[in-house]
Amino acid sequence: MNYWLVIGASFFYLALLFGLASWAERRSAAGKSFVGNPYIYALSIAVYCTAWTYYGSVGRAATTGLGYLAIYIGPTLMAPLWWVVLRKIIRICKVQRITTIADFISSRYGKNVTLGSIVTIICVLGIIPYISIQLKAIASSLDILTGANELGRSPLFGDTSFFIALGLGLFTIVYGTRHVEATERHEGMVTAIAFESLFKLVIFLVAGVFVTYGVFNGFGDIMQQASQLPDFERLMTFDNESGFSQWFWMVVLSMLAILFLPRQFQVAVVENVNEQHLNKAMWLFPLYLFAINIFVLPIAFGGDLLFGTTGIDADMFVLAIPLSEGKSILALLIYLGGFSAATSMMIVATIALSVMVSNNIVMPLLVAIPAIKNTYQNQLTKILLFSRRLGILAILLLVYLYYKGVAEFYSLVEVGLVSFAAVAQFAPAIIGGIFWKEGTKNGALAGIVVGSVIWFYTLVVPSMVGVGMLPASILNDGPLGIALLKPFALFGLQGMDYISHAMFWSMFLNVGLYIGVSLLSRQSSQERNQAEVFVDIFKYSTVFESSIVWKGTAYIPDIKSLLVNFLGEKKAEVAMKAYKRKYPEPEDATGKADPKLVTYAEKLLAGVIGSSSARIMVASVVKEEEISIDEVLNILKESQQLISINNELRRKSLELRRATEQLRSANERLKQLDELKDEFLSTVTHELRTPLTSIRALSEILYDNPEMEREDQEHFLQTIVKESERLTRLITQVLDLERFESGKQKLNLGPVQIEEVIRESVQALERLVGEKHIDLVVDVQHNLPTINGDKDRLMQVMVNLVSNAIKFCNPEQGRIIVSGYYIDGDIKVNVVDNGKGIAPELHKQIFDKFYQAQNQNIRKPEGSGLGLAISKKIIESHQGRIWVESEPGKGSRFSFVLPVRVNVPANV
Amino acid sequence: MSTKVKLKVLVVDDEPGILMPLEFLMRKNGYQVYIARNGTEAMESVDKERPNVVLLDIMMPDVDGYEVCRHIRQSESMDGAKVIFMSAKTKDADIKKGYEVGADLYIPKPFSTRFLMEKIKELTKS
Repeated sequence: MNYWLVIGASFFYLALLFGLASWAERRSAAGKSFVGNPYIYALSIAVYCTAWTYYGSVGRAATTGLGYLAIYIGPTLMAPLWWVVLRKIIRICKVQRITTIADFISSRYGKNVTLGSIVTIICVLGIIPYISIQLKAIASSLDILTGANELGRSPLFGDTSFFIALGLGLFTIVYGTRHVEATERHEGMVTAIAFESLFKLVIFLVAGVFVTYGVFNGFGDIMQQASQLPDFERLMTFDNESGFSQWFWMVVLSMLAILFLPRQFQVAVVENVNEQHLNKAMWLFPLYLFAINIFVLPIAFGGDLLFGTTGIDADMFVLAIPLSEGKSILALLIYLGGFSAATSMMIVATIALSVMVSNNIVMPLLVAIPAIKNTYQNQLTKILLFSRRLGILAILLLVYLYYKGVAEFYSLVEVGLVSFAAVAQFAPAIIGGIFWKEGTKNGALAGIVVGSVIWFYTLVVPSMVGVGMLPASILNDGPLGIALLKPFALFGLQGMDYISHAMFWSMFLNVGLYIGVSLLSRQSSQERNQAEVFVDIFKYSTVFESSIVWKGTAYIPDIKSLLVNFLGEKKAEVAMKAYKRKYPEPEDATGKADPKLVTYAEKLLAGVIGSSSARIMVASVVKEEEISIDEVLNILKESQQLISINNELRRKSLELRRATEQLRSANERLKQLDELKDEFLSTVTHELRTPLTSIRALSEILYDNPEMEREDQEHFLQTIVKESERLTRLITQVLDLERFESGKQKLNLGPVQIEEVIRESVQALERLVGEKHIDLVVDVQHNLPTINGDKDRLMQVMVNLVSNAIKFCNPEQGRIIVSGYYIDGDIKVNVVDNGKGIAPELHKQIFDKFYQAQNQNIRKPEGSGLGLAISKKIIESHQGRIWVESEPGKGSRFSFVLPVRVNVPANV
Repeated sequence: MSTKVKLKVLVVDDEPGILMPLEFLMRKNGYQVYIARNGTEAMESVDKERPNVVLLDIMMPDVDGYEVCRHIRQSESMDGAKVIFMSAKTKDADIKKGYEVGADLYIPKPFSTRFLMEKIKELTKS
């Protein structure tokens, strides 16, 4: 494939990352941050999967078999423990404004500068090779893709890799060193990393599907063919001699790596916005690992089958297979996937290392030399940013040089594992540090130093032999011929592979020294203080509460100028205001700073220059007094008690608020019920007024006009009787309804034939039907099952429905159909009329009592407004359902269903 | 009174049991009586017959009494006409609204026919 096309695609991809990051930053500035999203968080953790995964897994699977899986099983096993370990680390870092793993360790052990620098140096030593193999992976994939001889190019300006490293450096500087405060999140970078994680996964899956289903006929086919390979048996089984120890140590290594690799610490801890995101990441990340591993074996075996012994590097099978099949676009995409896997790791690791170097090496050096500190006092922020940017370029230059000098001779996996083993040396000091208060600075120092020396001696020295920097005799005979010191068989330990061997000795000595020396040495009061806060972090969860216990004299102007120097005028102002809000007490007249202000300032500085430098800076403006461990513990205990009293108070007031809320809503409900009752009463009296008016007027006229025509008299009297009946009916219905609503109405249960109920009800209304010339049809299924019910009450419902139908059907050509039948365990009855119908919005309301009451001044033409409400109560007390279907202008169909096999309680 | 033109009274109510006695009563007192069973009929009758007195129910199936009263007060030909509400709505707010839309009197139901006659006579004296 055309070389320039591939290079163009690579730089286009880099430009895409720039665009994406800048877009994300702009969104975040507009308050629409992506990073508040747990999926982005989980994807960014997948920066774990580098070119090692993308290319190296296949290579390892093809050469050593299932072993490649171990470094994914480790993190998967670790993920459930994140809630215990990682959450605690995140909380500590937020509270203490810690930004790197070096700062974390130094902070825990009394903000010790030496410890921080040693950890930084180990990280740089351990990680630079790891970054450089990413560069190597990019170069090798370029070679495979274009047939160029990238790996063999002369260094620097004639070399594409150099420009790629430069481009990445630029990206890292732009999006990684935006703010001085390393605690501030790099949203653009995180978004870009999350995108890269998604991209490499999708492309790798595409490649896997292509090889498995495009080149071969599925998993079965590949495995079938592969089983013929001479190596198959060996690849698919554990090696009996060192297999188990190798698996064990790989799993342990990767469990530690997922926590302590600087880039993992960066994305999982420093860039974490919300601890709850861990919940999702805990299952999403293992799922990601699973997905990206599905096709490793098929591709590895596929490559073996296709290329056999043609000398193609197994690491490059993913790319070589589509190329050999002539799929160049696919190959280009796969190359970009690998490019993304490599670049994401390079970016994040470089940022993490540069912050570490600037905060744990450069800064302590600067602030420790009074001359420098005084000369550049006002430009420290600039110096800091500058040193970080320079750091990034320096790291990438080292990476490049290492790649040119050494990395070529080793595979992705080998170099990666050496890095894993380096960061594993931090595990005892960190894990011990957050769970064991007795761990001391000296213990941590001893463990880390000795562990790292062993690491260097057993893993790095042999690699130096490999490239010819040291004589091979060291490996074979031991240094100076001392066989006990052979790097691969230290103290005579044999029979393990070199990684297990190195891990065994370094971990054994590291853990042993950490515990042993800790038990033998004493903590300073500062150390003790930090140990308390780290181990019990969930009790001291705010910046203010986790203050360092401190005694001495400091002056507010000094503290302020310190903040201004590192944060700038504006941020220092904001920070002081935040402090004032929290502690509004007036300032001391003499200008003396409260100890709380001093520790607050120290935390702020720690976020910028690291905790040990912050300690030095603060100490320089403060006259401190000695403080004993007992005093420290006492003060911490007091503040803890204060916190728990506060929490208790908060809990109590919350309970109180909840109770008040409940009381209020109960009251609200009562008021509502009261209003309903009032409304009902007013509607009832209102309904009574109408017939009463009529009766009174008629009677008065009869009384005042004895000479009235006989005919008029009769008519008047008739109306009085009718209106009286109406009154009676209304009163009966109101009482009926009241009894149903209060639950006092008892059903008089017995076997009921619905057919009988229907016929008798219709009969009772026959006269009315005849008067209005209505065509009434009754269609009831014979032999309907008998139900258990109250016949009189069911008759009441039927009469109500049919008389409503009579009232409302078409006045000229009235037509009513009453039907009853058995359906699905129910008896269903319909009463259909051809009246003017009911608007859909009223279909529910008409079953409310006096529904027209809500309609203010508009009244239904006839009826008390209670009939349907009572019918509904009756049907419901029979465990049935009543409803209406109707459209304006198309008549109405009232229906109810009664379950046949339900025992209605007799006193409903 | 008898020599003059008969007083025209419009009785508006959707209840036949109320219309019937009121119609009888008005006729008995020598008035020319018109009947309306709902708001629409009432407004038509107002426009056509221009009654001197309107006895007006409020709750009716279509247009309510308040609306009819407004209509009366807006038509020039009805200047000087008397409007008496007779309603089962007895809340203060309802009564207040009745006077606001221009009623001369608001009588809550049930009422005495004697009291009604007295008031009609009082209102039409001049």
